[in-house]
Amino acid sequence: MAYTADKPKLAESSDELRTRIPGWGADLDPKDRPSVPKERFDPTLNGARWEFPERQPEKWPRERSIEHKFLTPVFGTSCPPKGLSGMIRRYSYRAYSEGRAAHWLLLLAADRVDAVESTLASFLTRHPDNPITETGVLSEFTHHGLPSRLRGKRVDRGHHLLDPVLVAAPWVLAGGAVYLALRRVAGRRRR
Amino acid sequence: MRAMVYRGPYRLRVEEKDRPAIEHPNDAIIKVTRAAICGSDLHLYHGMMPDTRVGMTFGHEFVGVVDEIGPSVRNVQPGDRVMVPFNVYCGSCFFCARGLFSNCHNVNPNATAVGGIYGYSHTCGGYDGGQAEYVRVPFADIGPSLIPEWMDDDDAVLLTDALATGYFGAQLGDIVEGDVVVVFGAGPVGLYAAKSAWLMGAGRVIVIDHLDYRLEKASSFAHAETYNFGEYDDIVVHLKKITDHLGADVVIDAVGAEADGNILQHVTAAKLKLQGGSPVALNWAIDSVRKGGTISVMGAYGPMFSAVKFGDALNKGLTLRMNQCPVKRQWPRLFEHIRNGYLKPSDIVTHRIPLEHIAEAYHIFSAKLDGCIKPLIVPNPA
Ligand SMILES: NC(=O)c1ccc[n+]([C@@H]2O[C@H](COP(=O)([O-])OP(=O)(O)OC[C@H]3O[C@@H](n4cnc5c(N)ncnc54)[C@H](O)[C@@H]3O)[C@@H](O)[C@H]2O)c1
Ligand SMILES: [Zn+2]
Ligand SMILES: [Zn+2]
Repeated sequence: MAYTADKPKLAESSDELRTRIPGWGADLDPKDRPSVPKERFDPTLNGARWEFPERQPEKWPRERSIEHKFLTPVFGTSCPPKGLSGMIRRYSYRAYSEGRAAHWLLLLAADRVDAVESTLASFLTRHPDNPITETGVLSEFTHHGLPSRLRGKRVDRGHHLLDPVLVAAPWVLAGGAVYLALRRVAGRRRR
Repeated sequence: MRAMVYRGPYRLRVEEKDRPAIEHPNDAIIKVTRAAICGSDLHLYHGMMPDTRVGMTFGHEFVGVVDEIGPSVRNVQPGDRVMVPFNVYCGSCFFCARGLFSNCHNVNPNATAVGGIYGYSHTCGGYDGGQAEYVRVPFADIGPSLIPEWMDDDDAVLLTDALATGYFGAQLGDIVEGDVVVVFGAGPVGLYAAKSAWLMGAGRVIVIDHLDYRLEKASSFAHAETYNFGEYDDIVVHLKKITDHLGADVVIDAVGAEADGNILQHVTAAKLKLQGGSPVALNWAIDSVRKGGTISVMGAYGPMFSAVKFGDALNKGLTLRMNQCPVKRQWPRLFEHIRNGYLKPSDIVTHRIPLEHIAEAYHIFSAKLDGCIKPLIVPNPA
């Protein structure tokens, strides 16, 4: 009990646990665990034969955190920044360190812009975005959607309906804007 | 090649993409035989991680066969069956030299706070991931390991993140014999953490979630005592009651940024992105651990601030330990535990889904449908 010196008794002794649970105590010694101690200096451990890695060629101006001294020798080359979202991203990297909320908020804003830009651009290609297949929502019918959601005391039921709203909102807004624009054009013609 | 491609929050599709190329002398190209979807991928899928670009291929849990190697690669050869830790790391920087592989300084230009992770946004380096037919693996001499002959791909792919992370999480709890350990979250990471706590001599292991089917797994797979927090008015009070009002010696947060249980925290973080993550489970951990106890945080949070109850962590004299898992450090010991029959990683796999249907796989895993615990992705089903 917390109010007296001794630790509360456990229901099962170590011996009982060892028989009930396969492997109980296999890593009992706190000093003999792979992540102990946290830092273990051994530069040869990893098989690196270089003091500093060779540099990967930079094929376009690679955006980087201003907390870095230089472009790291190796980096990912997925999705170079493009469009308006790319401009926001570049600005965010150039202007703000990782310590500033503005850095992350701008990057998040760029992500939202990117989704809209890319979706609009997809309509000019042979693979337009399709919210039905891309959300995988049809699995609701093939993988027990409703019964899974209704089973037991799931506390996330309170916000399940927010997901489709979040996904549908940009489409509904875009659809509305297109409708209004068309109506205006049509109205002008009639006049 | 065929690859999963992100199209915006809650949306992705499979596209024809260029096969990745060798871009550095120590690169390898791996032909993926098995990939998985991680709870961390859900943070990307829900649009929570800053600088997640449309067109990126996700996937940091994968195994495969070496298809091509760069001129300086010596430790693997084309045709080798390899498993690849989710960390991209150089092996030689200040941090790698000290075993902090997940904190490598040479692979992520976009941020200094986080290392490199395959398919995990530009904030983690801008690498395409393994939910595809092929993937570029930098520093092929450092990260990948040959899959032991006796191990199947399903177990190997779970070692590249989920199992190593759960095991690491239990280690960061500094568990000693007889400790009472509480694990928040009965997803793959939480299940493996609970199981690992016993290996370190825990005297009692308690798992908390709100999904009954996952709690059932926690009791059958991880031999844990389980409680559904949805059935209690205040789960912290319940945990105090069942620990003689002392609290747990060690608490592991295996939930992370999208924690439920407080609608305001969840909606501001997961839906509106106004904080780095919803710290509901972390705050429960602070409240339910005993004074002087240790909290191990495996749940991932975004780089922005979160509304964490820091005052009580101080008042209680807690030790908070956390990191992205340095995966390869865990492997030799985990191989032993699997060989000895103490762990069977693939026991928690519920779904095997072809790459072509990955959009459904994400939806099922994200909405927790169909009893889903761990979905594996098969790029080229026979
Ligand atoms: N540190 C690392 O290296 C590392 C590696 C892998 C995963 N992760 C992180 O670990 C977390 C878990 O991953 P996973 O694959 O198991 O994900 P998951 O989504 O399958 O599991 C999370 C579980 O937490 C439950 N949950 C939600 N709110 C809760 C609360 N308040 N209390 C208790 N349980 C709650 C959910 O119902 C779910 O079962 C994620 O945040 C992921 O990003 C970190
Ligand atoms: Zn992961
Ligand atoms: Zn390094």
